[in-house]
Parts: sequence; structure tokens; C-alpha cells
Amino acid sequence: MSADATTNGAILQARGMRRAFGGLVAVDVESFSVMRGSITALIGPNGAGKTTLFNVLTGFERADHGEWTFDDRDVSGWPAYRIARAGMVRTFQIPKALARMSVLENMKLAAQTQRGEGFFPALLRRLWCDEEARIEARGVELLEWVGLAKQRDDYAGTLSGGQRKLLELGRALMTNPRLVMLDEPTAGVNPALTEQLLDRIRSVRDEGATVLFVEHDMDVVGSISDRVICMAQGSVIAEGTAAEVVADPQVIDAYLGERHGEAAMPTSEGPT
Amino acid sequence: MDFGKIFSDGVREALGVNAAAYALAAIGLNVQYGLTGLLNFGQVGFLLVGAYGTAITVKETGAPLWAGFLVGILAAIGLAAVLGIPTLRLRADYLAIVTIASAEILRVLAGSRHLEGFTGGPFGIRGWAGSFYDLNPFSPGRYGAGKVSFDHNTLWVMTVAWTLVILASVLVWLLKRSPYGRVLRSIREDEDAARSLGKNAYVIKIQSLAVGGVIGALGGMVIAVNFQFTNDDFWLSPFTFLMYTVLIIGGVGSVIGPVLGAMLFWFVYQSLDSLLRQAIHEGVFGDVLTSTDAGPLRLAFVGLTLMLLMIYRPQGIFGNRQEALIDDR
Ligand SMILES: Nc1ncnc2c1ncn2[C@@H]1O[C@H](COP(=O)(O)OP(=O)(O)OP(=O)(O)O)[C@@H](O)[C@H]1O
Ligand SMILES: [Mg+2]
Repeated sequence: MSADATTNGAILQARGMRRAFGGLVAVDVESFSVMRGSITALIGPNGAGKTTLFNVLTGFERADHGEWTFDDRDVSGWPAYRIARAGMVRTFQIPKALARMSVLENMKLAAQTQRGEGFFPALLRRLWCDEEARIEARGVELLEWVGLAKQRDDYAGTLSGGQRKLLELGRALMTNPRLVMLDEPTAGVNPALTEQLLDRIRSVRDEGATVLFVEHDMDVVGSISDRVICMAQGSVIAEGTAAEVVADPQVIDAYLGERHGEAAMPTSEGPT
Repeated sequence: MDFGKIFSDGVREALGVNAAAYALAAIGLNVQYGLTGLLNFGQVGFLLVGAYGTAITVKETGAPLWAGFLVGILAAIGLAAVLGIPTLRLRADYLAIVTIASAEILRVLAGSRHLEGFTGGPFGIRGWAGSFYDLNPFSPGRYGAGKVSFDHNTLWVMTVAWTLVILASVLVWLLKRSPYGRVLRSIREDEDAARSLGKNAYVIKIQSLAVGGVIGALGGMVIAVNFQFTNDDFWLSPFTFLMYTVLIIGGVGSVIGPVLGAMLFWFVYQSLDSLLRQAIHEGVFGDVLTSTDAGPLRLAFVGLTLMLLMIYRPQGIFGNRQEALIDDR
């Protein structure tokens, strides 16, 4: 798409990325980039390859080929933990709460470069108790921020689906990411809370991080995203502002056409 | 029937060397399975390399016993690496398959006639633990109270073995409360979540396998030193499942669970044996049971207890019930 997106304004840049499962090509993206400091929405019909793209970018799925850089560093093929340490942190479409750990423990786990996570330092509490107190304070603060302060000592396994989404968001932010990738953060979250969540996502950007998120609700997409990228059948088919992307005939064809049926989109008659 | 004897037989075993060795084996499993969620079905293999590593080193090279123990520990770390490096990147079930197979392979190798010059084959290795008893601070005689007493050599092994149990428990306690323990538990709960937060799950799992394996190997050394002997028959695969039984009785994931689980296991196991033998001897069962049936029967009872425990008290005695009842969706 737009060539200017591939200049040094991009925090994440991918080229020629492909991932197939047997005969099914889940992702086949020529070029994909996320502008630094933006909120970018990734949209597309079910099965478009959005989650698979997330998985490949964050090291959870191998790429057949392709290269991608994060913060001007080539991170292609890095294992998931290294990608996360580099500051590119994702959440999961189906939230992965650590069920038999408390909500606060879930948060504390996410803090980076903890001294007490080494085997030998772990044995000497003195080496990490100050750090632990700081981490706990930060964890509590973020839990308040996502509205889970009351549940801090509950097992994460007792949270509802929507609460788990919130926990995942909080946990991802606890890592101090430079790029946070949210896979359907509002799915299962009630509308009132969704509003709050969107405010929080905005403030994450305002504090200097970049946000890339997958979303199906076009109202949400329109209200907070600076840029929108649309995928269909594994490829990026449109990119631009929300208004531009929504008006793109290819998008209407692939995405809205599929969702609303032909009756709603009488003009979408192009080849598939 | 002599209930005093039944009780004292049970107590003797609950305090004995076997209970301590089982406790060590179960503490090791607790690190691997209880804290990290690793399905190690070949813990007995770690005990085996501990015992053989020690015995072969001392017997073959004439090295002092402490050097033998060191080799046993290194052998357990080596085994963890060999088992963990190829499998721990894969799905969890691969570790289970590979560990159970490797424990069998090790046992068959240990008993193989082709390796007789090295492992003693089916005849095992004898006469390498003498220097351990030379260090015995207890003067010859029997020690104890009432019907529960031990000779000075057994008491010496017990002292060392229970000291190891305490040290291993303290280690687990320190790890469990630390951020390192938190990483272990996060891997047990959801490895992908841990990786998405920057934790190198692969390396931590290998570490956990090695730490649990070394603690298990100490249990193997205790058993071998106690008998001053080891051969392949000591290290049958069902032994691993008794270790799991001990761990589940005590409470998976709890620090003290495997220790008290081992003591309780041996108390019940031995009292039951004593009870059955007396009952059979007194003709309570008529012709239905003979004294040779006592052994198999008490094993059947172990299985039954385990089933009842899983149904009515899945957290074991010291486990956390709330935790045990959470299903990770
Ligand atoms: N592990 C896998 N094995 C086989 N096929 C897969 C696998 N993961 C994804 N796919 C396929 O790849 C395609 C893209 O799936 P993906 O989950 O990336 O879509 P998505 O855009 O995230 O959809 P949704 O909006 O429903 O979450 C689908 O056709 C899916 O069936
Ligand atoms: Mg998806």
C-alpha cells in the first residue's frame, strides 16, 4: 500500500510474510507496517488470518518465509519470549489467565527483568524483596486501572470471560511494552466497560506506546483508530483511515459483503 | 490380634529409610509436576542414575564415596538434559512418553548381561558404601522407644536421609515463594501465556526437570546406601507411580505434602501388611487368603485409596482445596 508507511515512522514492518497450513494459506502478506505511536486496527472477516499474523509476528507460529523488523531490529523468527522482551507484547483472542494463580500474581509475573526470577537469586529473599514491593505496587495500580482491584487476591480462574480480557490487557501493559498487540480486546466485555477500555487504550498510546488491535466492531474501530488495516483471505487488501477503508470497494466486497449478505451490498459484484 | 504390633510396625516404617527416600523422590516430582506441571513418568530413572552413578564410580575408580555422590548428582542433571532438551519444546505428552520409556531402558541396561562388567548385570553392585558406615557417629546397639527401634547403622542412614529431606523441603519452600517459583507455576498454568510475557519457558522447564531429578537421585542414593547394594530390580517403573501416590496423598504443590505423604504411605502400607498377616495367620479369612496374598492385597488397597482420594479429596491432605477445584478453562 502506501509507501510512506515503510519509512522510519514504522515501529513494526513486515515483508513477504507467508504461513500456510497444508494447502490453506492463512497469511500471505506483501507488506505490513504499524506506525510508531499510532492506534492501528486490524480488521477482516473471520478466518482472514489476523490471529495467525499475530502468532507469526510474535513467535508463536513459524513463518514459511518473510522478514519483519521491530524498532528497526530484525526479529524474524525470534522465539516468543525474546520478542516479548524486546517490547512487542501480545494478548490472546481466547484469554490465557493463569487460573490457579491470583489476579495480582498474574500481574506480577508480567514485570520484566526480575532479579528473583533467576534460580540462585530466588533463594535469597533479600536480593529481590525491594524489587518485589515495587512490582506489587505497580501491579495494584494497573489492576485499579483495568477495574480488577477488588479481585486482586482471587484466583484468576474464577474471573469471568470479560474480566479475563481485562486481566490480559493489564498483564500485557505490566511488561511496559512499546508495541502492544491486542487480539479482540473488547470481545465479551460489556458495552459500558468497552468504553472505559477504549479510553485506556487511548491513554496507552498517549503515554508513548503503540497499539495494534484486532476488532470486529466497526464503531469501535472508527472511534479510536488512527489507521486501519484490512485483511481478507490471508492478504492485506486495504489500508488507511477508518473512513477510507470502510469505503474501499474491496473491503465492502470481502468483509462487509460477507457479513451483511448481498442484499445489503448490491454494488459488490466484482470478482472474488 | 496384636494392635500394638500393627501400630508399631507402621510407625517404624513411617520413620524409616524407605519413607525418607520416597519423600525425596516425591519432593522431586513435586518440583516437576506440582510446581511446573511437567509429566515426568520416569522419576525412578533419576533414582537409578543416582544409585548407579555413585556405585559405579566408587567400585570402578576407587574414588571416595562423596565423589560417587557427586557423579550421581551430575548423572541426574545429564539425564534431565537428555530427556528435556529434545522433548520440552514439544507438547507436554512427549515428555511423559520419553520419561517412562527412558526409565525402562535404563533399568534394562542396568540388568543387561552385556554390561555385567560395569553394572553387575542382574547381580548388581555390592560393597561400595562401606565408607559411609565408617562415618557412623552412633555407637553399636539399638536405639528407640518401646517396640520401635533401629540398629545404629539404620539410624545413621535415617539421620542423613531425613536431613536431606529437610534440606530439599527448605529448597522447595524458598523456590516456591520466590519470583522464580511464580514463573514455574505460570508454566504449569499456561506455557504460552508465560512465553508471551517474556519467560523462557523452555530453559526453565529443563531446570525444573533437573532440580526435581537431582532431588530424586538423592532418594536413589539413600536406598542404595541403605542396602549397600543396587541392582535392576530396585528400579521398576511402578515405583514412579508409588511416588505419585505419595505426592497426591500429601498434596500436589504443597511443600510439606510429599514428606508427610511418604510417612503416611509407609505407615498405612506396613500396618496393613501386619494386620493382614495376623488376620490370615489367625484364620480370619479361612482358606480364601494365604499369607502370600498380603503383599498384592496391600497394593490393591493403595490403588483403592488413590481412587477415593482423587474423588473425595483431590487436593490431598495438605494441598489447597480451592486451587484443586479450579478448572482451567
Ligand atoms: N493451527 C492451525 N492449523 C490449521 N489451520 C489453521 C491454524 N490456525 C489457523 N488456521 C486457519 O487459518 C485461517 C486463518 O485463521 P485465523 O485464526 O488467523 O483467522 P482470524 O482472522 O483471526 O479469524 P477470527 O476473526 O475468526 O478470529 C483459518 O482458515 C484457519 O482455519
Ligand atoms: Mg482471530
